[in-house]
Amino acid sequence: MSVSTTYEDTMVLAKRNLLRIPRQPDLLIAYTVQPVMFVLLFVYVFGGAIQTPGFDYVDFLMPGIIVQSIAFGGFVTALGLSEDVKKGLIDRFRSLPMSRAAVLNARTSSDILLNCLSLIVLFAVGFLAGFNFIDATIGEIVLGIVLCLFLGYAFSWIFALIGLYSSSPETANSIGFTLIFPLTFASSVFVPAESMPDGLRQFAEANPFTTISDAVRSLWLNTPANTDVWMAFIWCVVLTAIFAPLAVKRYRTVAAT
Amino acid sequence: MTDDAIVVEGLEKSYGSVHALRGVDFAARTGSILGLLGPNGAGKTTAVRILTTLLEADAGTARVAGLDVKRDAAALRAQIGLAGQYAAVDENLTGFENLEMVGRLYHLGKSTAKQRADELLESFDLTHAAKRPAKTYSGGMRRRLDLAAALVARPPVLFLDEPTTGLDPRSRIGMWETIEDRVASGATVLLTTQYLDEADRLADRIVVIDHGLVIAEGTSDDLKRQIGGDRLDVKLEDEADAEAAISALAEMCLDRATAEGLWVHAPVEPRHGVIPEAIRKLDGAGVAVDDIVLHRPTLDDVFIALTGHAAEDTTGAPDEEKEVAAA
Repeated sequence: MSVSTTYEDTMVLAKRNLLRIPRQPDLLIAYTVQPVMFVLLFVYVFGGAIQTPGFDYVDFLMPGIIVQSIAFGGFVTALGLSEDVKKGLIDRFRSLPMSRAAVLNARTSSDILLNCLSLIVLFAVGFLAGFNFIDATIGEIVLGIVLCLFLGYAFSWIFALIGLYSSSPETANSIGFTLIFPLTFASSVFVPAESMPDGLRQFAEANPFTTISDAVRSLWLNTPANTDVWMAFIWCVVLTAIFAPLAVKRYRTVAAT
Repeated sequence: MTDDAIVVEGLEKSYGSVHALRGVDFAARTGSILGLLGPNGAGKTTAVRILTTLLEADAGTARVAGLDVKRDAAALRAQIGLAGQYAAVDENLTGFENLEMVGRLYHLGKSTAKQRADELLESFDLTHAAKRPAKTYSGGMRRRLDLAAALVARPPVLFLDEPTTGLDPRSRIGMWETIEDRVASGATVLLTTQYLDEADRLADRIVVIDHGLVIAEGTSDDLKRQIGGDRLDVKLEDEADAEAAISALAEMCLDRATAEGLWVHAPVEPRHGVIPEAIRKLDGAGVAVDDIVLHRPTLDDVFIALTGHAAEDTTGAPDEEKEVAAA
């Protein structure tokens, strides 16, 4: 399959994925209302009780919650793929003379666009709740956004793999939420890792969500970066390098049940 | 043989300890319909999945349109259309968008894909629903859309896996006509079904498989002949005439007729004029006849004779094939 065929097939299928969003409003809600709810809950319900020395909680929280929301943005890929498998659409695609990479490429690249939509909503509600960049240059702000989107892309491949292994969208849902959701909480996404008890703290410090949240904070809030920014990008590269080939391999043999 | 669009030799496939195919051979002549008949779990779907490059066989070879399913998989996919057991349509796309998408993925080009989509919607009686999302379609409409999708690129070889399962009688007949149209214009069709009337009506040749093995093969008439032709059932007015009736009919019977209460069952050669001849002979012997029926064996009789169970009886292997396909 030539590169241009792969590109064309990917575009055809990306259009298909995006057409789905306005026609299935519940998905649109997942991308917009849900992150807003999280921001409001954490800022106003937990915010007063969480100590973030040197910062307003909303400033500490926003980079973390953006990282979490964008990481979960790829969730629609898990739902969509498990549905496609179940309904026999993947069988049809695999029997067509099309690029073998296009279905997954289309999913993961549509996710980037959807994540941009989430980002706009999150920034809007963040600014309304009092979030501010601290001593951040335009370059640093953009780099932080790129990092978030890259993380979202890496997680789309993880969700693609989950979707292809799930016998139904419901299974995909529960795998996503029992395996990955707790990971975001055992990290510095919502609270500083230093506040956690021994054991959990070490786990949180090793958690890529901590590295990436801290990297975005260093870019947007001018906190000490150490190696976080580089490490964050390396995490994204490593996750993509592991999960993209696994998902592609699974796609080639997956069968409807 | 270059005349065969589908050639399968020694195909084997196991899922763990379940042997879905245990060395299957069959062939379909170009421009004909081959019916793959068997109960659930017989291995029909596994065979279709191998032939459409969705699954790799453990052993054996298969060629479709002259191309090897393994070595030439990519080129082969441009020659086939698949309509599976599920109506594989995107529910959030309209009928038109579904067909256009498939056309684009066959690389027909933008305008050709649109034009083909319109044509197919028209010929499948879906034009009125072209702009509606497929989730609003009835089961029959989805199946028609699914079959239309398989025909988008006018592929020379079509694989239809139980295309009428779950359809109402009218939609089934419509589907049959469409399939016959395709074959009339030169396509080769491999059709799996567990409905015997469907195989009887459509298939030029029938391959009966059960537990992963071909247990019979031939035309529908061949198969019926294999289990011994027609049966003449005579209902007598008086049970006492049974012996007289049996000897009167003896000359035209393939085997000795048997009596069962008022009924006499006589195995006869499948040919015309059996009933008038029988009536003349019975009259001549002075046997009073209440009723007389010629029973042509159905494929159901063939199936029961061959496998010991009915084709649609799934108790032997409940959804086995579906379960193992997930493994």
